[in-house]
Amino acid sequence: MKEVDFSDVQGMARFGFSHLAECHYLLLRVRNPDAAREWLAAAPVTTAAARKPPPANALQVAFTCAGLRALGVGEEVMAGFSAEFLAGMAGDASRSRRLGDLGENAPENWYWGAPGYRLDALVILMTSHEELAAWKRTVCSGRWEDGFEVLETLTTSDLDGREPFGFIDGISQPVIDWDRRRNVAKDQLDYSNVVSLGELLLGYPNEYGKYTDRPLIDPPAGGASVLHAAEEVPGKRDLGKNGTYLVFRTLEQDVTGFWSFLRHATGSPEAAIRLAEKMVGRTYDKGAPLAPESANAIEGVEAKAGGPENQFTYDADPRGTGCPIAAHIRRANPRNADLAGRPEGLLARVWNLLGGGPKGFQVDVIASTRFHRILRRGREYGQTVAPALAMTGQGVPEPRGLHFICLNANISRQFEFVQNAWIMSGKFSGLPDESDPLLGPVGNQFSMPRQSQCPVRITGLPRFVTVRGGAYLFLPGLRALRYIARAASTVSSQS
Amino acid sequence: MTPQAGFMVVAPLTRGRESAVRELLAGMNFEPGRCNPLNSLVPFGRLERLHFARIVVLDDQTLDDISAYGRPREDYPLSVAFLGDFDGDYDSFLKELVAMAGSGLRQIFANCSGFSPGCDLLDWLKSHEQRPATYYANWRGRTVRQCREEAALRRALVDHLQQNPEVASLAAPELRVRLREFVRAEQAADRLTLTPEAPTPFGWRLRNTLHAIFAVPVLAVELLAWGVAALFLLRAREKSDPVIAPRPDPELAARLFALEDHEIKNQFSAIGSLKPGIFRRWTLTVLLAAIDYTARHVYVRGRLARVHTIHFARWVFLDGKKRLFFASNYDGSLESYMDDFINKVAFGLNVVFTNGIGYPRTRWLFLDGAKDEQTFKYYIRRHELATEVWYDGHAGLTALDMQRNTVVRKGMETGPMTNQEADEWAALL
Repeated sequence: MKEVDFSDVQGMARFGFSHLAECHYLLLRVRNPDAAREWLAAAPVTTAAARKPPPANALQVAFTCAGLRALGVGEEVMAGFSAEFLAGMAGDASRSRRLGDLGENAPENWYWGAPGYRLDALVILMTSHEELAAWKRTVCSGRWEDGFEVLETLTTSDLDGREPFGFIDGISQPVIDWDRRRNVAKDQLDYSNVVSLGELLLGYPNEYGKYTDRPLIDPPAGGASVLHAAEEVPGKRDLGKNGTYLVFRTLEQDVTGFWSFLRHATGSPEAAIRLAEKMVGRTYDKGAPLAPESANAIEGVEAKAGGPENQFTYDADPRGTGCPIAAHIRRANPRNADLAGRPEGLLARVWNLLGGGPKGFQVDVIASTRFHRILRRGREYGQTVAPALAMTGQGVPEPRGLHFICLNANISRQFEFVQNAWIMSGKFSGLPDESDPLLGPVGNQFSMPRQSQCPVRITGLPRFVTVRGGAYLFLPGLRALRYIARAASTVSSQS
Repeated sequence: MTPQAGFMVVAPLTRGRESAVRELLAGMNFEPGRCNPLNSLVPFGRLERLHFARIVVLDDQTLDDISAYGRPREDYPLSVAFLGDFDGDYDSFLKELVAMAGSGLRQIFANCSGFSPGCDLLDWLKSHEQRPATYYANWRGRTVRQCREEAALRRALVDHLQQNPEVASLAAPELRVRLREFVRAEQAADRLTLTPEAPTPFGWRLRNTLHAIFAVPVLAVELLAWGVAALFLLRAREKSDPVIAPRPDPELAARLFALEDHEIKNQFSAIGSLKPGIFRRWTLTVLLAAIDYTARHVYVRGRLARVHTIHFARWVFLDGKKRLFFASNYDGSLESYMDDFINKVAFGLNVVFTNGIGYPRTRWLFLDGAKDEQTFKYYIRRHELATEVWYDGHAGLTALDMQRNTVVRKGMETGPMTNQEADEWAALL
């Protein structure tokens, strides 16, 4: 198995760069393709190669399909990208229905990324404190001015690992199988936090042991010789190799609305915090899961000194009396395996497949998690409001929220599935009409199962999070970047 | 218990009438993908025994695929199919259908060859019936009326709990007692109806029992004979059959997309040609009969193997078993439906669809195939038909909703429960 060439992977696929607390997202439109390509060819893009000490700044570059076209990537190459990427996040009404981008969330209302808003590229700049302006001057030099129009500079804030509602964010992430040791040939009987490299990067086998479709090019097609060879198709060059799709959504959070609603619904600040914890599925102060700790080791979860943050599944809490079934983290990662009930041995497995496994309402109703993992890389924006203040309805009324970013190799099977079937679905795991209490207003309710009683149901739940922008982008590998930077010469040499 | 059944009328369109029919069908919708239940042609909503119905032009985009076997394209006439799933027996339902929607159906089928305005519509519909080779219903005996009444019951209970916190805070056993009193009062005031289960028709029960018994030896012999033949014939074919699953045409995909995800349920219709030769035809005939047996006698309580999201499904042979039509009604998006297929019942799909031209390569009929996720998804999309009209008699309810509501109702009608049973029951409110 060939080792991964980290110097060909953009750094954010491997690192969160949390030590680089300052970050700007530049939304770009190509002004002059030649100048843009020249800038790209010289751009100091940060790779995933480990560096000691870690880099003091970082630059990442991603493109929409409009951007690749603007830079001269040919249609026959473009056709190799996934249908979701080609259509775009706001590309059609059906996608918006599936993603829950309706009403206030509808693309027509977005600040950026609405239909007709031509976004070409995203540049991510990250530095340590107070270095951003200097880094921006360094990066945005040469042919930058001629090459790009900056449509928007999205700023971020360092909220010390917490999202604007106040909860610790980003606790659970999949562990990527960088060493390519994972064997997915068999049914996976236990939840594992490790996923195949091909779930993150194109050009490697995914959880089905298959290579996700991406543009493969015949080498003579000018410029393609700079690309890695495709692993599974002899004679082809792989434009996707070491690249991934980057899903970007600006999610505005109504922090005062959130805490004052909870305060009102529960009657006391303490109870409001407890309700918020139920909605999230973790405790407010430490981020400890509400579901009980699992006694068995979980592959890809390391024992941490701070507590069992990810040492759990929902097997011991099937009815959700600890962590409600509708809770955010339970939807975003249901932590299940391929077959319910761990059938061992061939006969037991066959019997299970035929429907002889565990019976009962809400048993074995959630899709196997490992096919639907995403790697999150977002950052917060705006300033925080302490819950106590927010509960009184005060706090500076400024936009705040999350610039949600996730990386995945198959947008429809990973991001869109999680968003559609788990987060925004009113029917997740057999629930009656309630979606993610934080992210969705579907059903406007949230229920908390109790022992020996009917569930407590919070009704009239308003929307706390509003989509303000979004796009599907391609985060290419370094060689692919070089190919894109040469795309024009490719086109002219072909004609 | 009232059993469920299906009807499917297939009729070839008169040459040149395709666009007229499509226009007529489009007029039955609010917008593409959203049927007006009280449209003037076929007011589905007035048929109280009707679970689902659809009208689809069988516009097969894959007829050229047979050239991979060196055979000429078959020019089947373009047909329109009208199919649905209902409670009770076929004859009485069709009579009701004709009484309710006779003139509209005549308007539609007037575009079909062989239809004369003076004909007896009922006879005409019956003479164009295509029986399924395999038919699946999620929950035998669950009627449309039951789905609606039980949904109303649960809604009333939840509202009552919301308005009466002192009741909601009771322990499960007392809670159940109090809610039973509430339900009785609501029933007495005619605000809630819970129609008792109808007796199972004697003829149906007899036929079903006889089938359960006598189909076994027949199937066993057929499967055995086929299995022996398959040992010699299958693998060579599997290794050489071409896979035809290019990326779906973006325009067709967009047209299909537009019809989807208007509510929690979706429809799926697809068509394709069988691989040429008697072996594949035989294989499919035997296996669909076997699957039909399990759907009739085993998978009658909410799950088809591990899949709990399919309400009704059917496989239908067309054109002298040269083509196969598939239709289903399911919960969630097509993406999650396909994932269920791949991750939960790939083997079941493989044994059927591997006999169709172009299906992803299988091994020993059961293995691989759909597990080639992306190729399988392309194959599915490519064979999918744009369903012009689709009606759902219980929009907004998933199969699990219906299952839960039935359990909730049982708790209101049955006698004593253990504390644990009462706890589990209360958790569903």
